[in-house]
Amino acid sequence: MKRGIITAILIFICFLLQCTVFRSLAFGGIVPNLLIVLTASFGFMRGEKTGLIIGFFCGLLADIFFASVIGFYALLYMYIGYMNGKFCTIFYPQDIKLPVALILGSDFAYGIVCYVIMFLLRGRFDFMYYFVHIILPEIVYTIVVTLLLYPLILWINTCLERGEQRSGKKFV
Amino acid sequence: MSPIVKRKGEKFTLPSKYLLFILTILCTGMVLLTFHTTVFSGPLSAVAGYTVVPFEEGISVIGSWLANRSEELSQIKDLIAENENLKQQVDELTIENTRLQQDRYELTNLRELYNLDAQYDEYEKTGARIIARDSGNWFYSFVINKGTNDGIAVDMNVMAGSGLVGRIVDVGPNWAKVKSIIADDSNVSAMVLSSSDNMIVSGNLKLYASGVIEFEQLVDSDNVVVEGDKIVTSNISDKYLPGILIGYISTINQDANNLTKSGYITPAVDFEHLEEVLVVMELKQTIEE
Repeated sequence: MKRGIITAILIFICFLLQCTVFRSLAFGGIVPNLLIVLTASFGFMRGEKTGLIIGFFCGLLADIFFASVIGFYALLYMYIGYMNGKFCTIFYPQDIKLPVALILGSDFAYGIVCYVIMFLLRGRFDFMYYFVHIILPEIVYTIVVTLLLYPLILWINTCLERGEQRSGKKFV
Repeated sequence: MSPIVKRKGEKFTLPSKYLLFILTILCTGMVLLTFHTTVFSGPLSAVAGYTVVPFEEGISVIGSWLANRSEELSQIKDLIAENENLKQQVDELTIENTRLQQDRYELTNLRELYNLDAQYDEYEKTGARIIARDSGNWFYSFVINKGTNDGIAVDMNVMAGSGLVGRIVDVGPNWAKVKSIIADDSNVSAMVLSSSDNMIVSGNLKLYASGVIEFEQLVDSDNVVVEGDKIVTSNISDKYLPGILIGYISTINQDANNLTKSGYITPAVDFEHLEEVLVVMELKQTIEE
């Protein structure tokens, strides 16, 4: 219950930051993708199920406000969360390389899927342009933000886990 | 034994792959449903409107205040120089204005003769503040802080200053989503003010950085359209009211087919520093099918 509320607040804050504060801090009109960072990190920290649920809600929020159809981003973020959940077994909190690599991969996949579905299918074939001007800057900016945001998410998760273990012991 | 069948004394849990499967079907269903209809947008946008929008509004007020302060500091020098130039321009414009006013008298007389309504000034407008921008980097759309409670409806035109910004595509009780004319998937039916030749103006992500938008399919058989001509929304558009300024032609080229022309337009609105917009509270009259 406590975890649910805190996660909901996190999604909420990340979405708000992404479409307000980071919009004014945008370099060349590019914003980092905080929702991907959140979805991916909960995916590999907590497993497939948490990843896909958080991804679904992040995507739904983006859908309601900014997409022309409801469900597209929800689907995309959900699969990203689920895929990251597959790496839960080889994740250790001390290691920063795997999270960064996974978030990088997730954002890359996100960019490619967005390009293919929303641009390539409308006949915009110049992939290199979109890759260099949209996808790549977004990945770089997202990674920079990850280095700040990820320790915070990790810390929140460890606090929650410690609390859960303590209350779990009480009933044994 | 099936993993989803409940054993005695065991807490019921749904394996993640089943959950993924169920949600995938749900999402696909929603995509298909919302592709042509607006079934969910009512309740969903109401919920989102009362939870997210108040926070967005607060943050954007603080954010724009901070951005304004930092910009003020960096621009003082430019402003002094600009002020000089503008003063000169004011003189020039005053002269031009008097001349135009004379023309205007003539125009009003002629309009009365032809019994035409004066357009443009008569549209009822309401101001709104931009509270959030698109969370992704692919399209240019934003959210404003007024919705159905203020009488705003889908397809109303949005302006800033004297130029066209876009139109409302989605509306909640206290927010509305605006798709701008520079977004990659938007097209506007437009015409050249001087010659009334029709054309299609479309946004393009590739041209964001250079600050222009594309136009195409301009039939200009008399070769009268030149760079600098005013482009306004056309009479035949079924979403946009006629005669709203879009921008000025910056380049014009003959197409390979030798029949039509295409090129670039500099928009009349500065999309980079957009903060407040005006919503035209009137819908284009359309014929019911």
